[in-house]
Amino acid sequence: MNGLTMHWPILPVLLPLLAGIVLLMLRNRSLTLQRGVSVAATLALIPLAIALMQTAGDGTQLVYKLGNWDAPFGIVLVVDRLAAWMLMATALVALFALLHASQGIDTEGRYFHVLYQLQLFGLNGAFLTGDLFNLFVFFEILLLASYGLLLHGGGRLRVKAGLHFVVINLAGSTLFLFAVGTLYGVTGTLNMADLTVKLARTPPGNLALVETAGLLLFAVFALKAALLPFHLWLPAAYAHTSASVAALFAIMTKVGAYSILRVYSLMFGDAAGPVAQLLDAWLAPLALATLTLGMLGVVASTSLRQQTAYLVVASIGSLLLAFGLGTRDAIAAGLYYLPHSTFAAAALFLLADSISRARGEFADRFEPGFAMPGARVLGGLFFVLAVALAGLPPLSGFLGKFMLLKAALDSPLLPWVWGVVLVTGLVGMIALARSGSLLFYRTLGANDATPAPTAPTAPTWAALAPVAGLLLLLIGMVIWAGPLSGYASATAAQLLQPHLYIGAVLGTTP
Amino acid sequence: MEALIALIIGVLTACGVFLALRGQTFPVVLGLTFMSYAVNLFLFAMGRLAIGVPPVIADGARYTDPLPQALVLTAIVISFGMTAFVIVLALKARAELGNDHVDGTHYDEDGPR
Repeated sequence: MNGLTMHWPILPVLLPLLAGIVLLMLRNRSLTLQRGVSVAATLALIPLAIALMQTAGDGTQLVYKLGNWDAPFGIVLVVDRLAAWMLMATALVALFALLHASQGIDTEGRYFHVLYQLQLFGLNGAFLTGDLFNLFVFFEILLLASYGLLLHGGGRLRVKAGLHFVVINLAGSTLFLFAVGTLYGVTGTLNMADLTVKLARTPPGNLALVETAGLLLFAVFALKAALLPFHLWLPAAYAHTSASVAALFAIMTKVGAYSILRVYSLMFGDAAGPVAQLLDAWLAPLALATLTLGMLGVVASTSLRQQTAYLVVASIGSLLLAFGLGTRDAIAAGLYYLPHSTFAAAALFLLADSISRARGEFADRFEPGFAMPGARVLGGLFFVLAVALAGLPPLSGFLGKFMLLKAALDSPLLPWVWGVVLVTGLVGMIALARSGSLLFYRTLGANDATPAPTAPTAPTWAALAPVAGLLLLLIGMVIWAGPLSGYASATAAQLLQPHLYIGAVLGTTP
Repeated sequence: MEALIALIIGVLTACGVFLALRGQTFPVVLGLTFMSYAVNLFLFAMGRLAIGVPPVIADGARYTDPLPQALVLTAIVISFGMTAFVIVLALKARAELGNDHVDGTHYDEDGPR
């Protein structure tokens, strides 16, 4: 590893930041140019993520020392299998959401592309950093960009949902700082690898403090991930923002899930001595409750966007359930399920936008409307996506759920996991079938026609292309399920051996 | 001094939480500001309280931990920016929703309208 290769880990952070700055300077130039720069910068993240996945794929953990300060004194970026996997998922979903946004949503307000690139900057940074305070900073970056994106275009409901989203996340940031401060006060370090070493040697007198800080951190990550009881902000925020932003936000809850997996497999994982397995009592039960409540929300939704938002909540439930079980197979199942649920939810948000345009005044509300133009294509795409989201064969949702159920076989929670996952799967299927039949079959006759205030617009192929692209990714995840689940399994194995991470970062072999 | 700092942080946090749970946007913003003050003090105190010593290591001299000061600086900048943002957002919400209740609903004697 030398020369340029050495600097690869910083590129996924640097590229969106520079693109954001360049876009800021191009703000008065033609829209085509801005779109071109933005799409090119996002597109470039994909080969980068592939290269990093290949490098990390053989178990190497690339450590990039910023300013060449050794850990734990300097800040490090760490590329391991998990980080590369998350970068890949982010780059793919960001590209398709951006392609959708470039067809008009980016003209609703100013600086869309700048904010979009800064959001990617924050996301990639959060996945790469090996420092807890730096994680906080990247969280703030991605949140500040997300506030701008969420409110992009304005409107009454959007501002209302945005206000709640901003206030709750500011409160969450304060909690994050309290937790980080406590950990620093006890251990005197913020580097995650060094923290793990220090936490393992916590004197008994400080145990309660460390546990408090650990659970506070969990509360913060649960808030970002929309885990019960912190899920209430999500449905309104996601249902009222623009479609492309909602599609990008499908990866944002996964940042919370990623942080939970990273922090609790490392700092409070097997290597942590007295504070090991801090979350065992909390994560799986809360995830089961989130899954149940999310699916109830899916049934009770009154519009397709809202239903998709609740599907995001439910998918976080499944994902964290897998992480909560904590075995190698379960984490691997969760990691396979993560990109699937992100792509599927993003695709449904984008499709809901086209459906809502095609239905004119009825938008995406679940009430009978007139037959929509292009119903066959829209309905076909909706059907395939519903199959993926409900977890039916042959799409990747089924494989993810199957891996999860199989991993739960030797868990003490077996009856709960099987019961909740299977019943919520059935409930989700019924809810999606009902939505589909309401939107596409129960149409009003032509003689009920009244002059429509919003004329229905037929979907263009360009508008549906990002949806189709995300669908192809889902199909790709089935075709290459073998290598992908192999990679996920290797990732889980790597996470369960925290001493490898510590050794790579601190340059020691314990 | 430890007790005094602890008391200040506690009172600031309590005021912040109380105000953040109010129904109007202005108290909520104030509450968030109080909470960020509290957390800044808390971070600062996490480097241990020391009076009259420099945050640099010199020969044989006592020194105080410089890292929390750097952390607080970062946290202050971020919370300052966030406060500015949330104030503008609150004003926009007041303009769009017609009142300054966090739910966008106006309450008078007859209930919500």
